[in-house]
Amino acid sequence: MRKIWDIHGGVHPPENKHQSLRDPLATIALPNILVLPLNQHIGSPATPVVQVGQKVLKGELIADAQGIFSACIHAPTSGEIVAIEDRPIAHPSGLSAPCIVLRPDGLDQWTELTPCEAPETLDHATLVEKIRRAGLAGMGGAGFPTAVKLNPRSTDKIETLILNGTECEPYITADDMLMRVHAEEVVQGALLLARIVGNPKEILIGIEDNKPEAVATMQAAAQGTGIEVVVFPTKYPSGGEKQLIQILTGKEVPSGKIPAQIGVLVQNVGTAYAAWRAVRYGEPLIERITTVVGESLDIQRNIRVLIGTPIAHVLEQHGFAARNCARVIIGGPMMGYSIEDLQVPVVKTTNCVLAPSHAEMPPAPPAQACIRCGMCAQACPANLLPQQLYWYAQAEDFDRLENHNLFDCIECGACTFVCPSAIPLVQYYRAAKTEIRRKEAEKQKSDRARERFEQRKERIAKAEAEKEAKRLARKKAAEAVKAQMEEPKAAPAVQTFDPVAVAQNKAESLEDKDSIGKKLTRQLESVKGRVEHLTQQIAECEDPARKDALTAQLKQAELKLEEARKKLDDFERGISAPLEQRLEKVAQKVQLSPLEAQRNAIATIEKRLAVAIEKMQEAEREEKPTLPALKQGVEKLQEKLAEAQAELAQLEQQQTAEPTANAGSSEPQDAAAEAIARAQAKAAAAAQMSPEEKRAEQIKSLQARIEKARAKVIEAEASNSEHLPALRTALEKLESKLQEAEQQA
Amino acid sequence: MIDVLLNHPVISALVALGGLSVVFGAVLGFAAVKFKVEGDPLVEQIDKLLPQTQCGQCGYPGCRPYAEAIAGGDLINKCPPGGQATVNNLADLLGVSPPTLDAEEDSNVKKVAFIREDECIGCTKCLQACPVDAIVGAAKQMHTVLTDECTGCDLCVEPCPVDCIDMIPVPTTLKDWGWQMPKPAKGPFIIATDRTNPQEHAA
Repeated sequence: MRKIWDIHGGVHPPENKHQSLRDPLATIALPNILVLPLNQHIGSPATPVVQVGQKVLKGELIADAQGIFSACIHAPTSGEIVAIEDRPIAHPSGLSAPCIVLRPDGLDQWTELTPCEAPETLDHATLVEKIRRAGLAGMGGAGFPTAVKLNPRSTDKIETLILNGTECEPYITADDMLMRVHAEEVVQGALLLARIVGNPKEILIGIEDNKPEAVATMQAAAQGTGIEVVVFPTKYPSGGEKQLIQILTGKEVPSGKIPAQIGVLVQNVGTAYAAWRAVRYGEPLIERITTVVGESLDIQRNIRVLIGTPIAHVLEQHGFAARNCARVIIGGPMMGYSIEDLQVPVVKTTNCVLAPSHAEMPPAPPAQACIRCGMCAQACPANLLPQQLYWYAQAEDFDRLENHNLFDCIECGACTFVCPSAIPLVQYYRAAKTEIRRKEAEKQKSDRARERFEQRKERIAKAEAEKEAKRLARKKAAEAVKAQMEEPKAAPAVQTFDPVAVAQNKAESLEDKDSIGKKLTRQLESVKGRVEHLTQQIAECEDPARKDALTAQLKQAELKLEEARKKLDDFERGISAPLEQRLEKVAQKVQLSPLEAQRNAIATIEKRLAVAIEKMQEAEREEKPTLPALKQGVEKLQEKLAEAQAELAQLEQQQTAEPTANAGSSEPQDAAAEAIARAQAKAAAAAQMSPEEKRAEQIKSLQARIEKARAKVIEAEASNSEHLPALRTALEKLESKLQEAEQQA
Repeated sequence: MIDVLLNHPVISALVALGGLSVVFGAVLGFAAVKFKVEGDPLVEQIDKLLPQTQCGQCGYPGCRPYAEAIAGGDLINKCPPGGQATVNNLADLLGVSPPTLDAEEDSNVKKVAFIREDECIGCTKCLQACPVDAIVGAAKQMHTVLTDECTGCDLCVEPCPVDCIDMIPVPTTLKDWGWQMPKPAKGPFIIATDRTNPQEHAA
């Protein structure tokens, strides 16, 4: 016989196991609906891989594991997915969670499975993957994904594999029944798990001595396999993982460590059975054995129940009398939790549905003050000081709670069970644990918030600094531009008062004048050259017509030569001379009457016209390409001349009209109209005339006007008119004009 | 020299004391330079106790400025998000008797900002208001709140020109659900009749 160790504390609550063992293992009718929570295990929820309305077969994957810490979920029977939504689940909070809802079609038709005749030929990875794909999660109550547990860290060598068949909690007999019915397969499962974890030195199956039948069948099944079935005295909570390890091996799992770190792996017998089914027959975890017990039920027994079956359906199948029922508890009376909503489903970890009558489980008496009896400390299987923890939990002294190893509490409820003051101690510890975890999470969150706040402050400061730098740069640039703009402004202001600059300006203007002088000399030279050239050509020419043209050209050239010489002379006489001349001219212009100014303008236009015509003729003769341009120029000049002459005529007519009016003309308006008409006609005629003709015409008109003016003067002398001097000056002017005109002609 | 010291105990005592003071002065001076404490540890400690919502309800632009103010002598009861618990912790740290909170305590329900996205006009005003950069968005783009980063400080609600930000209580999920502390026994129930509800007697 193997040595059995004892654990500290522990209690002996009424076992109440016989009720559910009277009837054999049974099955119940298929429910109308199956609700499969996506998170029946510890870790991240599975991801649905089916759509609403999809038909699925029994054993088909409907939700895939997400990440390592997760488990797959399979359809427990064939049917249709009717919803994927939040439904209340079996949880002390009574909260809802995402579930896949399946409506069975009643056919219970299996999908194609991949059994394996010889699992011993498969390697470690394949076996673990098979278990993983079967969606196994610890069936003892915690629901830890089995595949993860079977992959311990390489540093942790598993020396002892323990199958937990203890089932210490009152009322529950599911594992007991399993071991009675499926002993062979549990043993096969144990061997399989042993292979997976590298054939540990010893494989133990721990069973309490209150299950003699299970012990017998298991010992029979384990005969010759090297598996040792260890029987030990009944005591609650021997079934706790750490407690069982201590009982069977004498080793204690250190605080905050896991059994694998001391070379031990514990699996529930139900898990071993499911692992064997998964590997040997390819069956996923879709059903489990659950104890349905309590005095409010007509039938109390163990059943095979499909995962997802609503508790209400389970109870219904056992003659549930709701009126008699104090409360419905999932799990046992020590560690289970009561549920309000009976529609919550059976999940992979549901080992018991307890529906006690009022008499069976009266409400807990009100808590009284702690009398410091110390019984809780004696009962604690984890060697804690429940009384201290209770004080600190009430005072919310979380540091002290942690120092007193609150997190080693397995929440078995032994302390509550023994407390003579009926203080719900475990509830304090649970709340304190929650509070500490919440505080930790809050601290992490506030640290992150602080970090983000600091980063934001930094970022804003940086942005501000950058903006400031940019602003400074812009300011500098603006100042530079301003300075540049002010510089040239300032410079001339200085120069105006700078005699040197004035002298420079003067020198520059002198230079200009030098260049003008040079230009004039050049012009003179070129004209001289042309005259010589023409003289030569005339001498050589034999054609008389051509000679005439050349002679005319020569004359023009000689005129130009004369002009150029005069200009040069004027220029050489003094810089101020041309300016003075110009001033004189301006002065003369100002003094001139509009009529005379107009006449002068006409004279200059006529001069330019003559030159232009000459150039055009020359171009025609020599067939230069500039001919069209020249022609255009001539036409324009002619137009201008016509305009100017028309204006002149108007002016003349005004002048003549005025004296006539003054002289007391009988019909001044008629005369004026006549004059306008005459002038217009004249202008029209003039537009058609050649310059020579125009000149002749001008002379004629001048002569006529002089005649008229003389007559008027005589008339005025005779009548001793006051207009006499004005008329005389007009006459003089006309005469001088006539002379000018004659000279031009 | 030694003779002089031996003959004049007063002088020798003075020399000894002087020598010691020089040595210890040097040691202290060295220690002051070598083990100089950077920053103000008190501010750090106070800052750790504050809830880091950065809400500014204390009148300072964030939790750290308030921590600095407390270290400078400001009152410790100006933090509504922290509640009386924070006030007590601060009083504990500073060794004073805890004053009562200078405001109505925020209800224990954690809240986060929620932007009704249909109504958001993308003005970025809330982005600028958020002290922890928990709102994402850009000009003329819809904004949304990073729920995990939101401290529930409320500062984004006021600047919103279209009032599309709600402070909604964070629903309890299976992850953060926890057991409640049992209600402590009322009074010392020494004998069984003490348990009886007085209302039952009346009825």
